[in-house]
Amino acid sequence: MPNSSELRFARSHEWITPGSAIATVGISEHAQAELGDVVYLELPDVGRVVKAEEAVAVVESVKAASDIYSPVDGEIVEVNTAATNETSLVNTAPYEGGWLFKIKVSNPAQIEAMMTEAAYLEFVG
Amino acid sequence: MNDSAPLQYSPLNDVHLQVGAKMVPFAGFSMPVQYAGIAEEHLAVRASVGVFDISHMGQFFVSGPNAQTWLNGLLTNNLAKLTPGQGQYTLLLNERGGVIDDLIAYQLAPNEYFLVVNASMILEDFVWMSARLTDGVTLENRSAPFAGMAVQGPEAAALYEKLCGAQLALPARNGIGTFSTPAGEVIICRTGYTGEDGFEFFCPAATAGSWWHQIVALGAKPAGLGARDTLRLEMGYPLNGNDLSPDRTPLEAGLGFFVDLTKPFVGSEALLAQKANGLPSKLCGVKLIDKGPPLRSHYPVLSGDSVVGELCSGGVAPSLQGSIGMAYLPPNLATVGTQLSAEVRGKHYLIEVVKKPFYKKPPTAL
Repeated sequence: MPNSSELRFARSHEWITPGSAIATVGISEHAQAELGDVVYLELPDVGRVVKAEEAVAVVESVKAASDIYSPVDGEIVEVNTAATNETSLVNTAPYEGGWLFKIKVSNPAQIEAMMTEAAYLEFVG
Repeated sequence: MNDSAPLQYSPLNDVHLQVGAKMVPFAGFSMPVQYAGIAEEHLAVRASVGVFDISHMGQFFVSGPNAQTWLNGLLTNNLAKLTPGQGQYTLLLNERGGVIDDLIAYQLAPNEYFLVVNASMILEDFVWMSARLTDGVTLENRSAPFAGMAVQGPEAAALYEKLCGAQLALPARNGIGTFSTPAGEVIICRTGYTGEDGFEFFCPAATAGSWWHQIVALGAKPAGLGARDTLRLEMGYPLNGNDLSPDRTPLEAGLGFFVDLTKPFVGSEALLAQKANGLPSKLCGVKLIDKGPPLRSHYPVLSGDSVVGELCSGGVAPSLQGSIGMAYLPPNLATVGTQLSAEVRGKHYLIEVVKKPFYKKPPTAL
């Protein structure tokens, strides 16, 4: 798994790996801290074709259910079943074992347009 | 309440911010929802002791020669059962028997009462009660000058002894006591909203931070509204606004024990009629049977394909490893073991009616 400084970030707090045809998506350290203890994950069906900013997954913490948006257009090719079984991974390792899904990227330019980690950290203040 | 009104701040606001609590708007106040994490705080209260800021809650004082008679005409429980130093859970109803608020009424002295009401209802309760005042009764809303802390957990009584046991013996369950400090009166109520032993501590707002730090130094873990909600839900305690409403009676809510229908009070005629005609619904505990998303308020509840109600509360139960909720169900479905489903984002998940409280304290080893 990548170093967080190599990731791109969405304003809705998802991260994505740049530079490859299949990208991995998860939620940021900031997002997991805001949500608190994650207790349930609802991940998209493999093969689903999605658009950028489409709600594709739900992360449920003790507090609330939160929609997760695909950062890019593409097709879901894999979901993290280890994390659905062990949801605390999203809290303890949001950039590693707590990733959510992999997506075959239709338009890599959408990733390049997203925030760097430095810009994201500025954004969340 | 006016949602556009500016938020009010607890006297402990700075203390919460210093330790990095997550603050949320609740009942018009900015309040801590969590510090270390909801589940961790919840389990600390079950295992040892936690402290909650309850400064948002309201404090009314009722006094005068007609105080008891007047309150007994407004509240469901019977104050004649109390002696000075005792309290009781009770409800304030509208004419239709629907719940305006649930509260605890304590007798401080003959014809002198202390009421602790819900934060969201301070103004509404006060207006409702003021409009019905009679001669020989004084009603005061002294919510603002008081800060409040709920110290809850099996180690709460021991903590109390070190904190202020020298000033006042810890009152008996549901009891109340007071002691004076240079800054003003401190009120101790042996009650809570978690199912654990504990006490609620009301003190002058200016001294709140100092008391909070002492309580934490004596071992209480700061706990937020998130844990307060999961703890009360595990006990099946209703939350006004979720599980209690102006359109449901305390009988439907399963609170008949706190309703004395041998005396008249606002709403009593409606309750007598409802009792005679049969209850239209009953508040039931439900448990998620399928592996699935946590139950949450407002999810539809179905029997077969037909919607029979909705969850009024729901959430994870950290002491039970599952998800639980409550719903008003028609009497034919309101029996333990009835299988229903909850609809979550278009999918149906199996739930079952279970007994309340959901959580029972394991017997303590001696």
